[in-house]
Amino acid sequence: MAQIEEANLDGMAHLVTKRAIKGETMILNMGPQHPSTHGVLRLLLELDGETVINCIPDVGFLHTGIEKNMESKTYQKAEVMTDRLDYMNNTGNNLVYCLAVEKLVDLDVPVRAQAIRVIIAELQRLASHLVWLGTSALDVAAMSTFLYCFREREMILDILESCSGQRMMTTYFRPGGLWRDVPAEFEDAVREVLKVMPKRIDEYESLLTKNPLFIDRTVGIGKISGERALAWGLTGACLRGSGVAHDYRKFAPYSGYEQYDFDVPIETAGDVYARYLVRIHEMRQALRIIEQALNKLPMGPVRSNNHKFVPPPRSEIGTSMEALIHHFKLWTEGFDAPRGSVYVAVESPRGELGVYLEGDGGPKPYRVHWRTPSWDNLQVLPVLSKGCLVADLVAIIGSVDIVLGDVDR
Amino acid sequence: MNGQTFLSALKSQFNGEQLEFAGEATLLIQREQLLEAASKIREMGFERLSDITAVDYFPEENPRFHLVYQFTSLANRATLGLRVPVPGTKPSVTTIETVYPNANWREREVYDMFGIDFAGHSDLRRILMPHDWEGHPLRKDYPLGYEEPQFSFNFDEIDVRKPYAKE
Repeated sequence: MAQIEEANLDGMAHLVTKRAIKGETMILNMGPQHPSTHGVLRLLLELDGETVINCIPDVGFLHTGIEKNMESKTYQKAEVMTDRLDYMNNTGNNLVYCLAVEKLVDLDVPVRAQAIRVIIAELQRLASHLVWLGTSALDVAAMSTFLYCFREREMILDILESCSGQRMMTTYFRPGGLWRDVPAEFEDAVREVLKVMPKRIDEYESLLTKNPLFIDRTVGIGKISGERALAWGLTGACLRGSGVAHDYRKFAPYSGYEQYDFDVPIETAGDVYARYLVRIHEMRQALRIIEQALNKLPMGPVRSNNHKFVPPPRSEIGTSMEALIHHFKLWTEGFDAPRGSVYVAVESPRGELGVYLEGDGGPKPYRVHWRTPSWDNLQVLPVLSKGCLVADLVAIIGSVDIVLGDVDR
Repeated sequence: MNGQTFLSALKSQFNGEQLEFAGEATLLIQREQLLEAASKIREMGFERLSDITAVDYFPEENPRFHLVYQFTSLANRATLGLRVPVPGTKPSVTTIETVYPNANWREREVYDMFGIDFAGHSDLRRILMPHDWEGHPLRKDYPLGYEEPQFSFNFDEIDVRKPYAKE
């Protein structure tokens, strides 16, 4: 049995005020197991009464070494790990990883696959925002919204399940296209979402947007100006809630986003309520994109026919020697990527999700780094929460919409 | 989406080397110039620091690491990559936290994972690994770790070596 050492806090003394050292203020531990920290986030709070003087986030409880693990797997096999990063945005993680691999090896994606990727990614954005809406409303004591949101999320997860066989850890997008084409019932299921959701979003709004209790808890709380939000590297709804219209789908369109007509909603207040409004509007915009993509969904293949990188269809393997060899080579050795590095970013529900991928000429990535939006959005928490009450801190954590799997990787 | 023009300006000022791959232009500069270059990039209108990471080229020693920075400019609709070689013995660069505040956590992550020191950083502690962890996991000479498969015939033998609390 190892000796338990007394904690030495000298190395952290610079993080608190002098009053804390004298014992005038209180240091309180919030988390890592706390219902409102949305996962295993630990916050050290320096409190004067109920006022937060200082907040020191402590992350890493969910660190699983995904970056290190991916270096030991071939490009195809490493993709399975990407689902586990931001577990509210699984297909979005797949998407950015596939885009990076495709850029690294210079692989084309058929247009049908691109359109389906857009539909699925936007559905996932809806699902992610629904979880955010439910849980962050729950944090400020609006219980019923949570139940409604999870009801609608289930519809979306059913679609993902029908496409990929999995509700969450889909690995549905593959380098060069998709795992397989969408099933026959896909279009009807998505149309159903398109039909139901606008009314349901109005319903959520009728519960919250003009609710005096909700407004009391959110307006003017956790404010940040657009300039500071940029300097602190915020992205996604946190940045757009501060009046900066930055969206990677417009900034550097990928997967054919430039063909679709949609707005980037912004609010200027920069508080919890502004971030709430932005995400609500984003849900409506996501529906717009899905509808356009579905209406002009092109026919054709969903996988690139470059069999040096994409396995041939199962039906060919029995009849073509070449297909069999390709299949065998791909699943035993993988494909080689050239020496070089790429940085690809997409707009995840939380902001700029980037991946830095470096190849060394072999079948395994030499280095994979994930630039995750939650990392920066959480880093700014001490700035947002300075001087607020502990109860407001809970609302702020909800509004920055962190996923700890995304922070810790 | 192209930082080409900015890159050329920086290239002549810092005597850097331009790397091209898959349509992405990256500038390689010496580590002594990093802070100056970051300030210059900030002045050019790159208001966001997107990312900092590092790559370990072990067993190369000089340079063993490359630090990789990504900057974004909303106004100019451009992105810019910067690479900074760092030697393997006493790896250290200046912090750019003073120019881009969000470098704070990103540099802590690189310190934690690669053991690269950021001189002048306000709070250089480990961030993802426990504070008393030994070694830097993303270095190439750091083993990935594994678990021994336990079967009925060797269960007890492996159980002795398994690192979990016993009695």
